[in-house]
Amino acid sequence: METRELTCVVCPAGCKITVTLEDGKVTDVKGQTCPRGKTYAQNEVTHPVRTLTTTVLLENAAAGTKTLPVKTNKPLSKELLFAAMDELAGFAVKAPVTVGTVLLKDFMEPGVDLVACKTVH
Amino acid sequence: MIYDVLIIGAGVTGVMTARYLSGKTCSVAVCEAGCDVAMGATRANSAIVHAGYDAKPGTLKARLNVRGNKLMKEIAKELGVECKAVGSHVVGFGEEDAKHLKELYERGIANGVPDLRIIGQDELRAMEPNISAEATMSLWAPSAAITCPYGLTIAAAECAATNGVDFYLNFKVTDSSHAGGIYYITNGQQTIAARYVVNCAGVHSAEVAEILGEHDFPIYIQPRRGEYIVMDKTCGKMANSTLFVVPSSKGKGILVSPTVDGNLLIGPNAYAIDDADDTQTTQPGLSEITEGALRLMPCVDTRNAITSFSGVRPTPNIYDFYIKNSEQLPGVVHAVGVESPGFASGPATAEYIAELLTDAGLQFTDKDNFIPTRRADGNPKLFRDMTDEEKNAAIRENPSYGKIICRCETVTEGDILNALNSPIPAVTLDMQKSRNRSGMGRCQGGFCSPRVVAIIAEHENYGLENVTKRGGGSWLVVPKNTKGGDKE
Amino acid sequence: MHKKLIVIGGGPAGLAAAVSAVENGLSPEDICILERDSEPGGILNQCIHAGFGLHRFGEELTGPEYAGRYIEMAKAAGLTITVNAMVLSLTDDKKVTYVSPETGYVTCSADAVILAMGCRERTRGALNIPGSRPAGIFTAGTAQRYVNMEGYMPGKRVVILGSGDIGLIMARRMTLEGAKVLCVCELMPYSGGLARNIVQCLEDFDIPLYLSHTVTAIGGKDRVESVTVAQVDENRRPIPGTEVTYDCDTLLLSVGLIPENELTRGAGVAIDRMTNGAFVNQNRETEIDGIYACGNVLHVHDLVDFVSEEAAIAGRAAAEKILGKTAPAVHSVSVRTGFGVRYTIPERIDIPAEPAEEVRLFFRVTDIYKKVRLTITDGNGNVLVKKAKSAVAPGEMESLSLSVESLKALADAKCETITVALEEM
Repeated sequence: METRELTCVVCPAGCKITVTLEDGKVTDVKGQTCPRGKTYAQNEVTHPVRTLTTTVLLENAAAGTKTLPVKTNKPLSKELLFAAMDELAGFAVKAPVTVGTVLLKDFMEPGVDLVACKTVH
Repeated sequence: MIYDVLIIGAGVTGVMTARYLSGKTCSVAVCEAGCDVAMGATRANSAIVHAGYDAKPGTLKARLNVRGNKLMKEIAKELGVECKAVGSHVVGFGEEDAKHLKELYERGIANGVPDLRIIGQDELRAMEPNISAEATMSLWAPSAAITCPYGLTIAAAECAATNGVDFYLNFKVTDSSHAGGIYYITNGQQTIAARYVVNCAGVHSAEVAEILGEHDFPIYIQPRRGEYIVMDKTCGKMANSTLFVVPSSKGKGILVSPTVDGNLLIGPNAYAIDDADDTQTTQPGLSEITEGALRLMPCVDTRNAITSFSGVRPTPNIYDFYIKNSEQLPGVVHAVGVESPGFASGPATAEYIAELLTDAGLQFTDKDNFIPTRRADGNPKLFRDMTDEEKNAAIRENPSYGKIICRCETVTEGDILNALNSPIPAVTLDMQKSRNRSGMGRCQGGFCSPRVVAIIAEHENYGLENVTKRGGGSWLVVPKNTKGGDKE
Repeated sequence: MHKKLIVIGGGPAGLAAAVSAVENGLSPEDICILERDSEPGGILNQCIHAGFGLHRFGEELTGPEYAGRYIEMAKAAGLTITVNAMVLSLTDDKKVTYVSPETGYVTCSADAVILAMGCRERTRGALNIPGSRPAGIFTAGTAQRYVNMEGYMPGKRVVILGSGDIGLIMARRMTLEGAKVLCVCELMPYSGGLARNIVQCLEDFDIPLYLSHTVTAIGGKDRVESVTVAQVDENRRPIPGTEVTYDCDTLLLSVGLIPENELTRGAGVAIDRMTNGAFVNQNRETEIDGIYACGNVLHVHDLVDFVSEEAAIAGRAAAEKILGKTAPAVHSVSVRTGFGVRYTIPERIDIPAEPAEEVRLFFRVTDIYKKVRLTITDGNGNVLVKKAKSAVAPGEMESLSLSVESLKALADAKCETITVALEEM
């Protein structure tokens, strides 16, 4: 049996969570104050994931706007973060864009899309 | 082209000389190692136009200071730069100092300083309510003034450029040759040719003399650093005039002075340093000037300090300025060792240099179309100095005047573009700062600097990576990686 | 020109205040929102990371998304936002002078003004680090602007001073964009940032966090070439011999935020030295009738969700005052800080004859404490409210509520002060 102490990153509360593992399998999760914390803890000890937020180049936009903030609509495998940044280097979007628009479908992993975080005319 | 005169160094001496000659029938160029004019001792000093009682009678210093004081106020007026004759006190503490003040008074009278007077404790206290209770008397010189030394120098340089002087910035002289009565001065990439050369390269003037070909140049320059603390505007009214202590062998000592921007300035100390470009501040130095200021004014509280800076002065191994025609190089004038009161002397030094050039054979007459202002159409006003009506008119004519870029100092996009369109384009952050105070306020550029950088880059039609803080290797940003991740 | 309500600032606070004013009966045509930037949303536009909106919208949003929601709400409410409009002065009789390329230099009077100008970052000057003045020293927010809005990197090898959230977020952001963040050092023995940010911004990328450390020297003439970091003693003085010098080209400062109250001071509004914002009552009304303050201009918040909440209070109060619906106060109680409490918001409670709702007092503690009781006591030492907490930290806002009954009792007893304090258990 093995226990791991985690700080939850799901929300600003930052709950201290204790995960118990047996033969690599999660048997108990304690300390979280919401169901999302439990999911986070289970993922964190088996397959850690993070939401990626970054910016991409924006072309054609009204004066002054040079970049578009974007995010993955679901958390991405943590080990793919740098590869994802590489993938987005030089990637440009043309205005107008609406918040929530999917810019890249199945980005890096199936089911994880890259979406626009801002409406730009 | 071959210029009549090349001036090496765009400090107050070089710039005032350039402006003076720009009113004459001769062609003039100025080269400067820094990215802007007024980058050396002219930038960082006590911001005072000294009255002229310090120098020993009969010296060049004495003569040029007293005349320079008078001319500086006239030039400031022509250029629309504030130069306020707030006066100065040399404050005495007891009998020992009384003797020194008497001596200074007599020197001042001999030098021709106007309205000089020794005053007693009551009058001093009435004029300066915050002065130390220990202060017993002062030497009062109402002709002493405060100004913005780099602001005034920049304005004079713009005026010179408007009248046809060519400025070569980022031009550090590395070599020179002399053939057929013409000097060829180079920075390794570019060469400027001129018949006459004026060396006023400040802390580097002895080096420049050697580059020009002087053998056994008699003057040695010891760079001396002085540190200062700038206090918040809430302290700006604590002193009504510039307050000195009785000078010692080390210099004029630590002073307390109001500034034209409404702050209070304290400093400087004076330490010999090896590297003439080393303008760092030190903790012991800042403590020393705080102590010095407290002696004059016990209510000075450095918790109100907003910034500190230091300047390097070119102290020569002789008492006086060394301003002479070269004995070895025909057509070369040296203006070397121009330490305090070099700023106040500037306009008079310029006249004197012109006389020396005439002695060396340069011929000129007055131009009849000299423009005494910064631009052909006058002296541009900053948005914040305009009246309400002028503000509205400026925005109507040019909407960029309605867009505030620096919030703390109320600098508009129009002001920034105006500095970019000046005869000496302000293409670095610090050049902008010294022309319109953008980034000099409470947030120290936190908000406006990325925006100013973007405006410069757009105006110059290049990427943000080409904009620097103050030229050379002072880059600000680099383009994002084409590939992410730490690839070290 | 005259408007019933002028809101200064079109960031999260200003937008939420204006939306709330409309919700409480004020016509959108009577409201003028002045935003100094070219778009509304304030600093959220450059805060591209997630972590906003969990309280307010029940989902995790990025800064631009959170701002976008409020911009949409403002639009739906019929509000117009004047952008590129910088307010230059405010008077105590509520005359606002502003400038914009479209309107020129304008003075507009108002029945009520809501201050929502936000805050700015502390700078190097405030730290007084001696040394030379090379390029490459940026506040974290300035660096954030370069990276996220301009698309440029402020450097490649970075030391960060201060472990506030913006510093931590920028450590991750610059690492993802290819920079090497050598360390984050923090003067205090604890981080000012959220625990989640230490995990996902530093630990995820093996960036060391040095607590009780500060920067003692900056090397380099044109550009930063090195930064020297030393451990500090309990009086926060550097310990000689502990210096470590990093070769780097950039120093980021994340050393605190200061409410931007120059306009407030100009109007003669009294400022609380502890919050650096105006003294306010529970409606977020300053000591000048009809001038309100909310958001980071009032005190620095941890979460934008709480900014919106506070702004809604101010917006509602301003609307009610303009519409003549405000019940006059019959008694005022000033709120004092007791042991372990740094400041409270509000600093004053104005109690009407028939208080209709409870008053929530927000406050920050002075240090990290474990197992505490938070209390509100009246002038006679009677405990009015108490709450037990397993841990409190200066970085997190605490709150206690005074019930309608307590308010009535305070008014009836003519109680002049109440005290918010902390007891260690």
